[in-house]
Amino acid sequence: MAPAPSSTSSAVVLNINGEKHQLTVDHRTTLLDALRERLDLTGTKKGCDQGQCGACTVLVDGRRAVSCLNLAVAAEGREITTIEGMAEGDRLHPVQQAFLDLDGYQCGYCTPGQICSAIAVIEEHAAGWPSAATEDVRPEAGPPPLTPEEIRERMSGNLCRCGAYVSIVQAVARAAGADEAAVGEDDANQGETAKETAA
Amino acid sequence: MTTATTGPTTVKGAVGTAHTRVEGRDKVTGAARYAGEIPFADLAHGWLVLSTVARGRIRSIDTDPVLGMPGVLAVLHHGNAPRVDTDYVGMLGIPPDPTAAVFQNDRVPHAGWPVALVVAGTPEQAREAAEALVVTYDTEPHDITLSADHPDAYPADGHMPAETEKGDLAAGLAASAVVVDEEYTTPEEHHSMMEPHAATALWDGGRLEVVDSNQGTTWIQGELVKMFSLDESSVRVRSEHVGGGFGSKGLRAHQVSAVMAATVLHRPVRVVMTRRQMFSLAGYRSPTTQRVRLGAGADGRLRALEHRSLNQTSTVYEFVEPGAGVARVMYDADAHRTANHVVRLDVPSPTFMRAPGEAPGSFAIESAFDELAERCGVDPIDLRLRNEPEAGPVSGLPFSGRNLAACFNEGARRFGWADRDPRPGVRRDGRWLLGTGTAAASFQAGAGPSTALVTAEADGTFTVRIAAADIGTGARTALTLVAADALDVTPEQVRVRIGDSDFGPAMIAGGSMGTRSWAWAITEAARELRERLALGTSIPPEGITVRSDTTAALGALAQKERHSFGAQFAEVAVDTATGEVRVRRMLGIFAAGRIVNPLTARNQLVGGMVWGISMALHEEAVRDRASGGLYGPDLAGYHVATHADVPDVEADWVDDPDPDDPVGIKGVGEIGIVGAAAAVANAVWHATGVRHRSLPIRPDRVLSATVPAVGGGTDA
Repeated sequence: MAPAPSSTSSAVVLNINGEKHQLTVDHRTTLLDALRERLDLTGTKKGCDQGQCGACTVLVDGRRAVSCLNLAVAAEGREITTIEGMAEGDRLHPVQQAFLDLDGYQCGYCTPGQICSAIAVIEEHAAGWPSAATEDVRPEAGPPPLTPEEIRERMSGNLCRCGAYVSIVQAVARAAGADEAAVGEDDANQGETAKETAA
Repeated sequence: MTTATTGPTTVKGAVGTAHTRVEGRDKVTGAARYAGEIPFADLAHGWLVLSTVARGRIRSIDTDPVLGMPGVLAVLHHGNAPRVDTDYVGMLGIPPDPTAAVFQNDRVPHAGWPVALVVAGTPEQAREAAEALVVTYDTEPHDITLSADHPDAYPADGHMPAETEKGDLAAGLAASAVVVDEEYTTPEEHHSMMEPHAATALWDGGRLEVVDSNQGTTWIQGELVKMFSLDESSVRVRSEHVGGGFGSKGLRAHQVSAVMAATVLHRPVRVVMTRRQMFSLAGYRSPTTQRVRLGAGADGRLRALEHRSLNQTSTVYEFVEPGAGVARVMYDADAHRTANHVVRLDVPSPTFMRAPGEAPGSFAIESAFDELAERCGVDPIDLRLRNEPEAGPVSGLPFSGRNLAACFNEGARRFGWADRDPRPGVRRDGRWLLGTGTAAASFQAGAGPSTALVTAEADGTFTVRIAAADIGTGARTALTLVAADALDVTPEQVRVRIGDSDFGPAMIAGGSMGTRSWAWAITEAARELRERLALGTSIPPEGITVRSDTTAALGALAQKERHSFGAQFAEVAVDTATGEVRVRRMLGIFAAGRIVNPLTARNQLVGGMVWGISMALHEEAVRDRASGGLYGPDLAGYHVATHADVPDVEADWVDDPDPDDPVGIKGVGEIGIVGAAAAVANAVWHATGVRHRSLPIRPDRVLSATVPAVGGGTDA
């Protein structure tokens, strides 16, 4: 089905969820459209196609990106992770599980973007990245506590018109706590801290 | 998860207990497919072309260059598109919006009117060709400005009578010790659900199949049958997962143009609206200008009430945003007058949007009540409780239940209202002025005729089939719980299938009536099925199926005032140096019938309150008088509340089962937004002493308001 490469299209290899996909794409094709229209990975949603809503959020080399503002041809050589790549077999990612348990959605259309964003938020926070809600941004201050204000600020690029923000923030907080608790089990020295955070 | 529920409704079973969504796993893994995501072989892509002028006639459409572009298959427009019938009344008792009946003539009644559909092999090709299509127009002067004194305004019924009147208003006001007479305005607001409208149409074995995103598959099926003059059995509409609706996902240009293109091209065609196109094709909430006059004794008891509301509609379709309707339910006075008027402008057609009428109407009247409380020196909650009517203020009918006082009492206790200092502008937290506000809420509780099929399968499980729509409400899960109880089995033994017009006629997901209407039909069918199974008949391989139809049962319901009620509370912080308003917390206590699934119902009620925050502070579509179109019609130009705007918002309920509903349901879809914006605006007054009677309360409006002396008041 894929047309041969031409002056308006190119053959690319996209690495998505650990799998290599070979395809010829129109140069105008966004990463979002390549996922949805060419690779049948429709979990990534198109809400605005203008980088304004966050529904198309995926991870590119582990960092959040709106796939509607990235061209597919420019995604070659990157590691792309979509919502379809978050669970390990039947075992949901802790963020997915928390969204399910705490009803962190309604219609579900912004949900894949919210979840991809949340997974990256938890990692960004753990890596010490500050946000506009961080009171003390000096490096020596260390990561700020992941308060609801921090989560809200960091998640604000992802719109949810159903207004499920309250349960989304609860889900992100629970998943972040679960993550830290899991780290704590691996590292006895951090056990106390992890327990406190999870509580 | 505490609830205020203390009453007698303790039925054993699944209803009333929290259940995660049955389709939840599909939604969090990306497996749930929405309308634009179902694959079809040989699929072609349609791209709509919209008018760039606000009024006039199409002079020419230069299709030849576009037809020569790569991949282009067809250009449909008024010169070649199939003719359709618009002279009918649909399932909801209203005619179709001609904006959906595309390409029928050369008239352009507003900016962003659909003038052509370009169909091509790929979305990129269709988009490029659509953008290259040259359309010329003979333009005419346009009028897009809604004003309170517009000379062309007229009374219009919509889904309720235009005007009601009893008593002598002038005498009532003259005899009142305290009078409030103010004008309130609300802006143009857009549904902005996250999933854009999308439909794929194809002819398959003589049958038209439409895979769509809508709020009712038999509704859309019926519209397409009538519009294209087809047999009912030859059209099937499916809509499995729907990324939000809020009133906008009815019959629109995308389905009709997709059907036209599939018919012409003999292959599947998908049409998806762009986000920007949605701002002129998908309906919206009209701006309103409202005048409220309240006359009361010194004790706050009403002697006179007038609520007048004016909204705009298009020149091709009449839609009434009945802002004055809420006063017909909420408050009584010997002199009582309400009126809904509309004016036809050169603007897109407005439509139902979450709590049509109640949302803007409650902002006006609940703000006015706060002003009356201030002027009478009566607590705002006491004022409302003193004015609780015995019966419908206009209808005289008894209420099926009116637990507003219980909502206020429970809400006041939990919000800490008793400690509130009524004086405005006296609380400070650093740069922030703090205030609290409250408002009442009501929304009609109704049901629409529905049919359901319930099957006892040979393996001991049950299948429910009903043309319900789950637009994020959790209906699929709620109906599973209802069916489980009605069949006296566990939810795991019940499979609920929805979103397929082949399941038979059913109410739409709208008017807060979906789950109640469908639950009623399922309960009926399940009861009859149990009676049959009780006879001990063995179940054949195809199962035993019972079909119900609630039309007769609904017709036999006694005439009553049937509504949900609620009490809204908000605390805000206002920075008068930057104009920023932050909501710090909100609490809503609702009397909204029996709650089927507390987990999803709470989420939906909170979602409505979040809409209230958004309406109070953010949402405003601004129309450009020169072009007739909107400034920035997208999600960067049209602001909806995001994470950082939404604090801890809490919703809860009091025991309030509907006595005439088999399950006790009223509905929770819309009550959450009603009164919420007024509670925020009243809190802003309490924080600053400034009344904001125009929404949204933008920073510039806060800044340009005169800061009053402590304890005083002023207007914005």
